[in-house]
Amino acid sequence: MGRFKVTKQDTFIDMTPMSDVMVLLLTFFMLTATFVKDEPVKVNTPGSVSEIKIPASNLLTIFVSPKGKVYLSMDSPQGMRNLAEQVNTDQEATVISDIETFSKLPMFGTPMNVINAWMKAENKNDLLNSNSPEAGIPCGSGEEGSLEKDELKVWVTAAREACGENMRIAIKADHRTPYKTIKNVMNSLRSIHENRYNLITSLKGADD
Amino acid sequence: MTKTGASKQKKMNARVDFTPMVDMIMLLVTFFMLCTTLLKPQTMEIAMPSDKEDLKDEERNQAKASEAMTILLTGGDRLFYFEGKTENARENLKETQYGKGGNGDGIRNVLRAKNHVAYKKILDLKKEFETRDINENSKKEYKERLDEIKSEKGTPTVIIKAADEATYRNLIDILDEMSLCGVGKYVIDKFSESDKELLKEKGVKFEQ
Repeated sequence: MGRFKVTKQDTFIDMTPMSDVMVLLLTFFMLTATFVKDEPVKVNTPGSVSEIKIPASNLLTIFVSPKGKVYLSMDSPQGMRNLAEQVNTDQEATVISDIETFSKLPMFGTPMNVINAWMKAENKNDLLNSNSPEAGIPCGSGEEGSLEKDELKVWVTAAREACGENMRIAIKADHRTPYKTIKNVMNSLRSIHENRYNLITSLKGADD
Repeated sequence: MTKTGASKQKKMNARVDFTPMVDMIMLLVTFFMLCTTLLKPQTMEIAMPSDKEDLKDEERNQAKASEAMTILLTGGDRLFYFEGKTENARENLKETQYGKGGNGDGIRNVLRAKNHVAYKKILDLKKEFETRDINENSKKEYKERLDEIKSEKGTPTVIIKAADEATYRNLIDILDEMSLCGVGKYVIDKFSESDKELLKEKGVKFEQ
């Protein structure tokens, strides 16, 4: 019997080291996580050789879609809340009635007179992406005597008031966006003396 | 199982199966990997001249004719430039390409030739700093010296004018060229009617 004894093999694999490594990986990813923001409007930024990183906090982003619609977003719910309160004070009217809902929005962009109705709507993102005049913040045509109201100015002024001098403004536009819209946005910013801002781009190697 | 004796102890297996835990952690890691953005988008900083200190035409012309250069961006990714004063624009107007161009006659080469004095200094500066340690002080010194070279007397002043038909990518590309060629003095200016007339002669089509 002893001669033919088969050594009983243990099929149990020790998972402890694997589990250790996994936990380390998990911790790494949890700590470095900055979540992809839900951006209702897809924007492909053009490549550039610039290597300046974007400031992480207190940032007002102006989105410009390929269709030339303008949207805004603040990076924190607190910033959004302050912005809503400031706009209500500035306009001496209840522009935004439901500040709590507003503070949780990833992005907004409708004329002021329809913004409350838009926040109650079910298909917010579809409305933002639509071609209707109710999508996008009116930013004027940049020409004097134009009838369109420049609401971008109002929003940015309010954001500057609400978030202080350290707030940075960034423009994130699609590479196909016509320069005409960019010009209007820049003119709006210029007219309220916001002359320093960042243009968001993606990285591209220099082909020297 | 029937008990054969009260004193007989069952041999307990002290090993815990880690497999389900590893499975779960794997899932979590996957989730975090897919939901994070490790790369922050890049940005370029831009400072526009304010309304108050808006350049007057006479002041603009004060830039020496030999140092001035105007770049005109239009639709269809076409790009024109002329050196010297606006009055002589018609004779000096040339078309070129973005980047290096096909036979090395792109805007980059034009700008480098125009800015060769400063560009050579920048290359020397880069070489000098390649051998040195990278720390906060050397970075700061590098930046200071770079700014100094860029703002030296005799470096060209570039005026960028984009037509409504140009896209955002065109603007970013040309701003990129400015940093690649070490041009420190540049402004984004309005695209005027006379520029339009000038380009119409070159067969550029405009919307209106």
